[in-house]
Amino acid sequence: MHINWEHVVTIFIASALINNFVFSRYLGLCIFFGVTKKMETAVGMSFTFTAVMLIGAALNWVIYEYVMIPFHLGFLKIVIFIGVVAAFVQAADTIMKKVTPALYYKLGIYLALIVTNCIILAVPLINAEEHYGLFESMSLALGSGLGFSLALIIMASIREKLELADVPRSFQGLPISFVLTGLIALAFLGFSGMITL
Amino acid sequence: MSNVNYGTIIKNGIFGENPVFRLALSLCPAVAVTSGVKNGFLMGVAVLFVMTMVNATVSLLRKFINPKVRIPSYMFIIATWVTVTDLVMAAYARDVYKQMGLYIMLIVAFAIVLSRAEMFASKNKLLPSIVDGAAMGMGFLLALVLLGIFREFLGKGSLWGYQILVSDGKAIKPLLIMILPTGGFFAMGLMMGWLNWIDRKFFGGSGGGGGAHH
Repeated sequence: MHINWEHVVTIFIASALINNFVFSRYLGLCIFFGVTKKMETAVGMSFTFTAVMLIGAALNWVIYEYVMIPFHLGFLKIVIFIGVVAAFVQAADTIMKKVTPALYYKLGIYLALIVTNCIILAVPLINAEEHYGLFESMSLALGSGLGFSLALIIMASIREKLELADVPRSFQGLPISFVLTGLIALAFLGFSGMITL
Repeated sequence: MSNVNYGTIIKNGIFGENPVFRLALSLCPAVAVTSGVKNGFLMGVAVLFVMTMVNATVSLLRKFINPKVRIPSYMFIIATWVTVTDLVMAAYARDVYKQMGLYIMLIVAFAIVLSRAEMFASKNKLLPSIVDGAAMGMGFLLALVLLGIFREFLGKGSLWGYQILVSDGKAIKPLLIMILPTGGFFAMGLMMGWLNWIDRKFFGGSGGGGGAHH
């Protein structure tokens, strides 16, 4: 199999910075605003997310390439992808509980939140749409996962400071977080045009 | 529930528990597709359709679904209706679909759809469930259109593609930032803050001050 490494690296950088899931594709916002109140949860979530994204993308790629395309089941991709992700997360939950209870108590709560999350599902959908190969899919998953982690950690560190700020009452909580995200997105806009896919 | 008050359900869906501004659920598409009124409207219609049909299906099947497997069952019901919407839009609204196809597919991961199926449709008869789904979808649609109007007017000086702000017969230079990602977040934050203010000022609500919930 011929692999275009340049394309793989390009996809990685593009998905982490230029098309960052939060700041330019607007995905995963529920989690983004939900877990960034504390640095600790943000870091735990980043790890879990990146791992689930990588494995989920690999599983879905294999199923898409070797089952769905040969049998012309492309139109069922939404149903199948969500089934695969849900089954995998459930399995991971059970296995982790048995094998590494310590890790489970740290990360288990995040696993439950992941099943119906849009970015976990978006990665295989984009892969299928663009007909990426295995390495390209993995690079998209890893780039997106790290990009999402970056977003979570930036936001968490700002929000910890925000607790001390005197915000107008109507804007407390979610509204000011949105404005803040807008400002970070403005900074990320600087990456656009760096690479054209 | 033998006596269902449809008025309350509708008011609840559109104002009291507006999915976007009040519950802060399913925010991704609310920011993503509202750079124009038309896209926001079509997305809203797609969600309205999916929510109504999912609520109807769940309500019809509520006696047959074992409570232990209800969440996976709901997921598959939602995924099925989203697939229907996705294929219909891909066939009949080609140019719009190219811009927001991904977001249409991701309706499947909307917390609001699953939560209405779980909280309302699984406990109620067919008709109230349909009304609830439609009312919630309507609330979502209104929020999207409102954001779309705000952003398209400031960002392009137009509404639904028609140029409104003109000087000397030429389109004026708009605030481009409002249709970029940044503007989406700003618009959302300002709109939420503003609604909190209205709620506190005129309706005596607690508006604002609450923590972020998702």
